[in-house]
Amino acid sequence: MKHKTFFWFILPTVAAMLLFIALPIVSVVTQSVFTSHGAVLIETENCGPFGCKVETTIDQKATAKLREEQPLGRFSGLDIYFDRGHLAVNEVAQAWHESAGVGDFLGQLNNLPFYRAMAFTLTFTFTVTPLMLAFGLLIALSINSLHQKLKGLAIFFSLLPMIVSPLIGSLVLFWMIDSRGILGNAIQWVFSDPDLSLKASTSLTWMMLIVYGIWHAAPFSFVVFYAGLQTVPQETLESARIDGASKWQQVRYVIVPHLMPLVTFVALMQLMDNFRVFEPIVGFNSAAHATSLSWFVFNDLSGETRQLSSASATSVLTILGVAVLLTPVLIRTWRDFTAKRA
Amino acid sequence: MLFAKNSGWKLRLFNRSFVILWLVIAAFPFLWTLWGSFKVELDFFSKEDWTSALTGVRTLVQHGSTITGDGYQGAWIEEEFWRASFNTMLVCFFVVITSLTIGTLGGYALSRSTHNYTFWLLITALIFRAMPPITLVAGYLLPFFEWNLWGHLSTTVVVLVAINQPFTLWMLHSFFTKIPKELDESAKVDGCTQFQAFRHVIIPVMWPGVITTGLFSFLLAYNDFAITAILLSKENQTMIPKIASFLGTTQTEGNVMFAVAAVVSATVPLFLLVMFFQRQIVSGLTAGAVKG
Repeated sequence: MKHKTFFWFILPTVAAMLLFIALPIVSVVTQSVFTSHGAVLIETENCGPFGCKVETTIDQKATAKLREEQPLGRFSGLDIYFDRGHLAVNEVAQAWHESAGVGDFLGQLNNLPFYRAMAFTLTFTFTVTPLMLAFGLLIALSINSLHQKLKGLAIFFSLLPMIVSPLIGSLVLFWMIDSRGILGNAIQWVFSDPDLSLKASTSLTWMMLIVYGIWHAAPFSFVVFYAGLQTVPQETLESARIDGASKWQQVRYVIVPHLMPLVTFVALMQLMDNFRVFEPIVGFNSAAHATSLSWFVFNDLSGETRQLSSASATSVLTILGVAVLLTPVLIRTWRDFTAKRA
Repeated sequence: MLFAKNSGWKLRLFNRSFVILWLVIAAFPFLWTLWGSFKVELDFFSKEDWTSALTGVRTLVQHGSTITGDGYQGAWIEEEFWRASFNTMLVCFFVVITSLTIGTLGGYALSRSTHNYTFWLLITALIFRAMPPITLVAGYLLPFFEWNLWGHLSTTVVVLVAINQPFTLWMLHSFFTKIPKELDESAKVDGCTQFQAFRHVIIPVMWPGVITTGLFSFLLAYNDFAITAILLSKENQTMIPKIASFLGTTQTEGNVMFAVAAVVSATVPLFLLVMFFQRQIVSGLTAGAVKG
């Protein structure tokens, strides 16, 4: 295809991506090093019968003018990154010097909002991903052994948790797990503790969110593995059977190695997707016990006062996290590409 | 049929029970919420007896019947959920149409060009695909406020289309790569321009891939919460942010049922979508994976 024809074909989509993905990234980075103007103060001396007093008032006009002239605010360098709401450099250094041991230090870190959010985001990402892979494989193996006619129906119901909006999915589970809901009631009955509420404890909230994460993501790995199972070489399986391999050994030594490229694919995709966990925190109303980086950005942006600088700084930090998780994907794509050309 | 033939009955029993367990886990929450949406709050959230959500004791006392449409009436009429669902329809329609139009052109060009830059474009798209949409939102707000673009449905449509492009491009690129090059090459030999070849030769055969990609564009627009919640004004809200706003404001008794009814209403179209397009959704999910 000629360069010129290619250019006109690709122009609309590239323009859209440049304007609404690339430029916003630039603008987010810029905003994160600016902070909003403080109010312009004027000092006036009021002299009355009891002497003179210096009064400080806000010059509304000048403040408004300044804000209009420079909507970005004033340059603040990396201050926002280092403040208490983000990386909290001073607090971390202080905790490091004062803490008695590693455990104490981590405990003190846990009081800082950014590190607490980071702790949950990472725990969520690295527990949900392996569990959804295992669960998805188990579902795929089980459904694959069903009768042909039942498979379609089983796949239909299996897709539901993934297809519904994360917010809807988490609400549906949240209402059931409510202390007055059916699952909440069941849990109270099992532990015979009528006051038990999953919402009240941090560790139970985390578990609830992780269970939701698996419920939501398992269908994806199931579908991919199920498709992969259809291509398992039957001869290899047959010969393994003749050699006396048990079912478990067949799965372990024939099927899983065959599915391995798919496992890598799903795992890499899921690491990135789980890292941006956000909607379930809103749906489960769990901000008191578990927050994530994405939730922070949303929280800063959705209030009455939109804290653009703070949200931007968190956004940049999130993007850096995604970049780390993205590196293996890029290396893999690069290897595929060079292999294809060779 | 990996396990169907000559497998032990223990294994078969385990498989069967696991499938049943999984299907209950996957489907029961939806059925339960659907059933409960026709009850009053004290039945759906019952401290004394969980069975009252099934039997509807309180609903019978309050409404003289074990089912009531109060939640739906409250959500759709009092809280104007109909407006939100109409907005969702508009947004989804235009997002799907636009992103397919520009995505098809781009994906086709990427699949037909042999130059090196196609690879870099695809890699860039992959990086963009990995960006969590919420991290971009902070970058939109200032210019949108400045130019009075904030709050409109059309702005949100454009943003959603753009965010959708990386995925659409990858998907359509892989579909177009499967359509043999010889088709449009021979049309070009017969004197067609590249666009004419695309128009007369490729468009008639591209629909399966385009429909699958369209489904995923639809799902993205329909399910989005982060962008629509921040970029739309209150009157223009789509369904998902509207549901979220129910949670914040309607803590008075009975109004939780508005949210329950709205959630059920928003799930129905997705249910139908999976029912009719199951094959396409499955093929779309596996398209990127299986060949890799």
